[in-house]
Amino acid sequence: MSKTREDGETTEEKEAPTTRRGAEALVEGLKQEGVDTMFGITGGAVMPVYDALYDDEDIDHIMMGHEQGAAHAAEAYHSVTGRPGVCLATSGPGATNLITGLADADMDSRSIIAVTGQVPTEMIGNDAFQETDMRGVSMPVTKHNYLVKDEDEVPDTVQEAFYVSNTGRPGPVVVDMPKDVSKNDTDAVRGELNIEGYSPNYEGHPRQVKKAAEAIEGADKPLIFAGGGAIMADAADEVRELANENRIPVTTSLQGLGGFPEDNDLSLGMLGMHGTGYANRAVTDCDLLIGIGVRFDDRATGKIESFAPSAEVIHVDIDPAEISKNIHADIPIVGDAKRVVGDINDEMASHASPDTEDWLDTLNDWREKYPMEYEQEDGELKPQYVIEELDDRTPDDTIVCTGVGQHQMWAAQWYEYNEPRTWISSGGLGTMGCGLPMTIGAKLAAPDKEVVCIDGDGSFLMTVQELATAVREELDFTLVIINNYYMGMVRQWQELFSDERYAESELPHLPEFDKIAEAFGAKGWRLTESENVGEVLEEALEYDGPSVIDAVIDPNENVFPMVPAGSGNDEFIMGKGTQGSRIS
Amino acid sequence: MSRGAPSRRLSTGVREDAVARGADETEYTLSVLVENKPGVLSRVAGLFTRRNFNIDSLAVGETENPEYSRMTIVVEGNDKTVEQVKKQLNKVIPVIKVSDLTDDDSVDRELAMYKVSCDPETRGEIMQIAESFRANVVDMGAEAVVVEVTGDTEKVEAMEDMLRGFGIKETVRTGRISLARGEKTTDETGN
Repeated sequence: MSKTREDGETTEEKEAPTTRRGAEALVEGLKQEGVDTMFGITGGAVMPVYDALYDDEDIDHIMMGHEQGAAHAAEAYHSVTGRPGVCLATSGPGATNLITGLADADMDSRSIIAVTGQVPTEMIGNDAFQETDMRGVSMPVTKHNYLVKDEDEVPDTVQEAFYVSNTGRPGPVVVDMPKDVSKNDTDAVRGELNIEGYSPNYEGHPRQVKKAAEAIEGADKPLIFAGGGAIMADAADEVRELANENRIPVTTSLQGLGGFPEDNDLSLGMLGMHGTGYANRAVTDCDLLIGIGVRFDDRATGKIESFAPSAEVIHVDIDPAEISKNIHADIPIVGDAKRVVGDINDEMASHASPDTEDWLDTLNDWREKYPMEYEQEDGELKPQYVIEELDDRTPDDTIVCTGVGQHQMWAAQWYEYNEPRTWISSGGLGTMGCGLPMTIGAKLAAPDKEVVCIDGDGSFLMTVQELATAVREELDFTLVIINNYYMGMVRQWQELFSDERYAESELPHLPEFDKIAEAFGAKGWRLTESENVGEVLEEALEYDGPSVIDAVIDPNENVFPMVPAGSGNDEFIMGKGTQGSRIS
Repeated sequence: MSRGAPSRRLSTGVREDAVARGADETEYTLSVLVENKPGVLSRVAGLFTRRNFNIDSLAVGETENPEYSRMTIVVEGNDKTVEQVKKQLNKVIPVIKVSDLTDDDSVDRELAMYKVSCDPETRGEIMQIAESFRANVVDMGAEAVVVEVTGDTEKVEAMEDMLRGFGIKETVRTGRISLARGEKTTDETGN
């Protein structure tokens, strides 16, 4: 830049920093981090940030219908790309509306950056209009958060926020920007990154890797349990090699879907509360459990005492706090799943593969004994059928988003996931309503891919306003509502465990979703029987824009198999109330 | 695999993991070095609430380096829960180092002040007790004296027991502060 000196002579000063407003320094920082898309809603305290975005041509800002939607869209953006998703909201209600999405990202380890407006620094603490202590409120549901108290801190804070969010175990980070900080001029530039108390460990300890290889060599009944961490670390290839080369069967957690191809003969599908009977038998009987990027959540383990009771446990995770938190790890390996599993594969070169043929035969017997099945009479419409038909008509790399509830579990069970980063859902927090905004985030992150949403009637209605966003952005996706006019999962629990006392789970006065879709400017269909499912799906997938199919299914259909809460994984119930296991 | 029963199973056959929480709780002393920045105390205290850990006491102050503060946290738990406490503390970004002084040789101190009822007859007796505990009488009135004592928890509680008979009108106690003995600094010890 050129600068006029006091003596009137103009000189070139290449190193001289540019003076710009705090908000502009923020946007500059976002661009340095490679941000191309962000999701948000404007408001008073965040106006300077929007003003800085107004003339910007590199960042595509998507105006959402609700801040919760912005956070979920950012989550999906991360799940699809592996890069941090960015959302933006104003102070007070805008910021608090993000909280559900932040908590969701925290539970499922997704990297999102939430930039929030804040009242001017001199008004903080005065209960000013739209003031909320966002740092305090978001503390328990974020990996870290920042209140930027000085405009000169903006460049370093942005750099640090992105680094913290998407290194180690990914998580949400809040950057709270008071309005004066956004408006004031600063010539600060980012310095060297230095966070003394934060240094994630990526390399697995060689001794532990060796121990793991020895355990694998010595195992008769090994089982790989791959989770969302394996996908996030881009370790799917390494997991596949470990399984294929050593003939080790693989089960996944809900968030691990796609981390191992389900069309591989070693795949047992998902384990846990609604996992396959054979995966749950396998985890109960295995003598070596290789957990990769999993956190042994209660929905996955069932009763802890009965989880892999006779197995030695290898646990690979980037977060040391996950080791032996729920399940004791005999061979803990803290590190990045891609590197650690790669190291184990290398180490296996000097170890014999275990002989697993008897074990695989046993598993095949269990596959036959506990098949995944459902019945659909003529004229009926079963959710499993709708999902299978959708699977048949969409390519392998289709991204599937869901809400939370029965439909989510059916989507997990009946759609076949063969590629990583194709399953996007709320696992840990179980956030109903996440489906549509995640679909929007996913489509914007991967415009060339087929994106579908398998949603529930209750879930869909919670964030239905985002249809306006989808129509405005001309997003091409297909959303299928598995509509049973119930909070279906609650209804199922009430039927099975609460003497059919259906307290507040029935939703008899839902709107007609196909018409809702049309009113928003999307296209709507209504399905009530199995006959024309294929035809409608094809039309919807063909349609260039948001397609909404209201599939009215048999309301009495339940999700099976099911491990009742508090039971062991081998105590699953198959359909029609038959006991699945313990009958050897 | 020919191995004995995995070590994490109790003699009853129940997994150790399942019974760990709430079992055999004792006191642990953690020394936590943190960045001296606003909000850090709140992050650490909030972590204990959120994770359902019990803090017995917490004392915090600046260190020899003004960029850092040191927290001495006394936490109730067992080996497994305290292991989680330490790991979770390490995840708090401004936490630099967590040292467990529980089993290490350390010097522990707390400070207490007691406002004790007195009359001309008992005043001398109270002062004698204070003296034998190397405590100080820091305020004296016609009907009450304030006694200040420094020491480890046992000493402080022993003096409190002695004073109770006279009628303790008010008590105030700091949390425990601890330092590793010897030449090594606290951050070089513990684990």
